Amino acid sequence: MTLTLGVPSKGRLMEKSFDWFGARGVTLSRTGSEREYAGRVDGVAGVALVLLSASEIPRELAAGRLHLGVTGSDLVREQLVDWTSAVRELAPMGFGHADLVIAVPRFWVDVDTLDDLDAAAAAFRARHGVRLRIATKYHRLVRDHLRSHGVADYRLVDSQGATEGTVRNRTAEAIADITSTGETLRANHLKMLSDGPVHASQATLYAARAAPLGEADRAVLSTLLSRLDLDDEEAARRA
Amino acid sequence: MTPSRADVRAEAARLVAAFVRAGAEPLEADILLPADVLLDLYGEDIRARAFTTRDADGSERMLRPDFTVPVVQMHMADGAAPARYAYAGEVFRRQEAMPGRAAEYVQAGFELFDEGDPAAADAEVFALFRQILAPLELRVATGDIGILAAAVRGLGASDRRKAALMRHIWRPRRFRRLLDRFAGAVPPPPGRAEILAAADPLAGAGPAIGLRSRDEVLARLEVLRQDAEEPPLPAAQVGILDDILDIRGGATGALERLRDFAVDLPSLDPAIDRLTARLDALSDRGVDIATLEFEASYGRTSMEYYDGFVFGFYAEGRPDLPPVATGGRYDALTRVLGGGRAIPAVGGVIRPGLTLALSEVAE
Repeated sequence: MTLTLGVPSKGRLMEKSFDWFGARGVTLSRTGSEREYAGRVDGVAGVALVLLSASEIPRELAAGRLHLGVTGSDLVREQLVDWTSAVRELAPMGFGHADLVIAVPRFWVDVDTLDDLDAAAAAFRARHGVRLRIATKYHRLVRDHLRSHGVADYRLVDSQGATEGTVRNRTAEAIADITSTGETLRANHLKMLSDGPVHASQATLYAARAAPLGEADRAVLSTLLSRLDLDDEEAARRA
Repeated sequence: MTPSRADVRAEAARLVAAFVRAGAEPLEADILLPADVLLDLYGEDIRARAFTTRDADGSERMLRPDFTVPVVQMHMADGAAPARYAYAGEVFRRQEAMPGRAAEYVQAGFELFDEGDPAAADAEVFALFRQILAPLELRVATGDIGILAAAVRGLGASDRRKAALMRHIWRPRRFRRLLDRFAGAVPPPPGRAEILAAADPLAGAGPAIGLRSRDEVLARLEVLRQDAEEPPLPAAQVGILDDILDIRGGATGALERLRDFAVDLPSLDPAIDRLTARLDALSDRGVDIATLEFEASYGRTSMEYYDGFVFGFYAEGRPDLPPVATGGRYDALTRVLGGGRAIPAVGGVIRPGLTLALSEVAE
C-alpha cells in the first residue's frame, strides 16, 4: 500500500500547492498530458499523488480513501458533519485566502453588525409576514454561525451561483458568499457586515482520521511530515 | 446491550397504557409534517435537527422531529378542553452536532390541555412521570421560564427593549448581548452616530435594491434614534437578573430567594405566586419540595417552546446519555399554532429505549 495525497487538479490552487510542497523538498508534478489527472511525488518514497477537484477532497478524506489532502477550510467545514472527528488539520498553507461573509444592500445604513441584522430580520418578518431570506450555498457554515450568535427570523435560500444578484432579483434580502476582495459585492451594491467573516478560509493540508495505515504507511507518513516540518501527532502518541 | 426494536415498542406500549390509566385518550400522529409550520415555529435552526424532504408538488415536508406540533394541531382542530392524550412512535433527528446519537428513536408522551388550574395540571403531569420513572431512580431537574420572563417585564426599560429581550429569552447568548447593549456596555458600531444625525442618511448609499424598502430602513433608523436617547438599563437591575439566573438548589430555598428579589423587582410577584401554587400542588401529590431541584435557567437552551414549568429526568452518572424524559408548559405555542386562540397545555415525553436500557442495567 502507498500513502495517498489529494491535491486540487487545476488552476492556482494546484500550482500553489505544488510550490508549497516544493519549497519543503517534496516535488509534486503532473504526468502525461495537460488533460490527464495523474501525478507523481519525488523526494519521499511511497506517496501517491491523486489530482481531483478541491470540492471532492473533503469527502474522500472523510471516507478514508485519501490519507492526506489539500483543500479549502471552508469546504471541509461546510461538507463534513463534525469535521474535527473526520480530519486533522496539519497546516494552514498561506494561500487560497477567501472569506465567507454576510452581505446586505449598501443602502441599509441601519445594518452594520449581526445585532442589526437580527433586529432588521424581526422588523422585516413583522412587516412582510415572512422571514428575511439569505441566499447562500454554504448552508451549514452560515446556519451554525447565525445560531451561535442567536440570530433569528431569517431563512436560508439556496443559491449555487451568481449569489450577489439575488437581492436585485428579489429572491433574497441578503447573501452569504465567498469573497476575496469584495469587488463583486460593491459592483452589486452590497456591503459586508462589519463584525467579521463567518469563516476566513485558506488552503489547508488535512490528514484523514479514518484512512487505514499499515506499519509501512506510518513510517512513510512520519518521514513526509518531518520533511514538511509538521508535528506528527501519531508518532508522538506512540512514543 | 441495546434493546431490540420489538422490546422498545413493547415498552412504549406499557408507557402509553400507564398514561391511559391516568385518563389519557390514545392518539396517532402523522410522521410527515408540513415543513413551513415547523420552520415558522422554530426558525431555520430546525433544518439542522430535522430531516427535510420534498413532496411531488415541490412543497417541503419534515419527518416528525417531535409530537408536540401534530398533537397540538389535532387538539386545536377538534379537541375539547380539558383533554389528556397519550401517544408513542418514532421521532427523527439529524444529529449535526453529535453524529453518534440516534437519528431515529421512539418517544412515548402525555399531554394535558386544561383551561382550569395550571398549578394542578403541572403537578399532575410531573407526578405521573415521577411515578412511572420511580424504579429507575433518576436525577430530576425543574425550572420555570416564566420567572425570567417576569423579571424582564419588570425592568426599567422601554416596551421595545423588553420585547427584544423576550424574543431572545431562549437564546442566552443574544439575550446577554442585548442586555449588555441596553446597559450601555457595548459601544454602537463606528459611524452609527453620524448616520443617526445625518439630514439625509441615505445620501450616497446606493440604489434601494431588494424587497426591504427605503421606508423600512428609515423606520429602523428612527427606532435606533429613540434607543440612543433611552437611558441605560440600571446596573442593579442587570445584577438582579444575573442573580435570578444563578438560582439553583432545593425548590423551597429557591422560592425564598425569589421572594427576596421581588422586593426590588415586584414584577416577579405573579410568577412567584404561580411557582408557589405549583409547589403546593406538587407537595399535595407527595413530592418533597425542599429537595426538589430547581434551576432558574433550566430549559433555556434546549426547550425553546416551553414558557412556564419545565422538567427533565436524567440517568445519574451517565452524562453521555440524553435525558430519559423531558416536559413542560407551552401555552404560547398553542397560541402560535391556533392562530390567536390559545389553550393552556402541559406535557412531556419519555424515551422507552432509555428506560429499558437503564432498567436492564439496574437488574
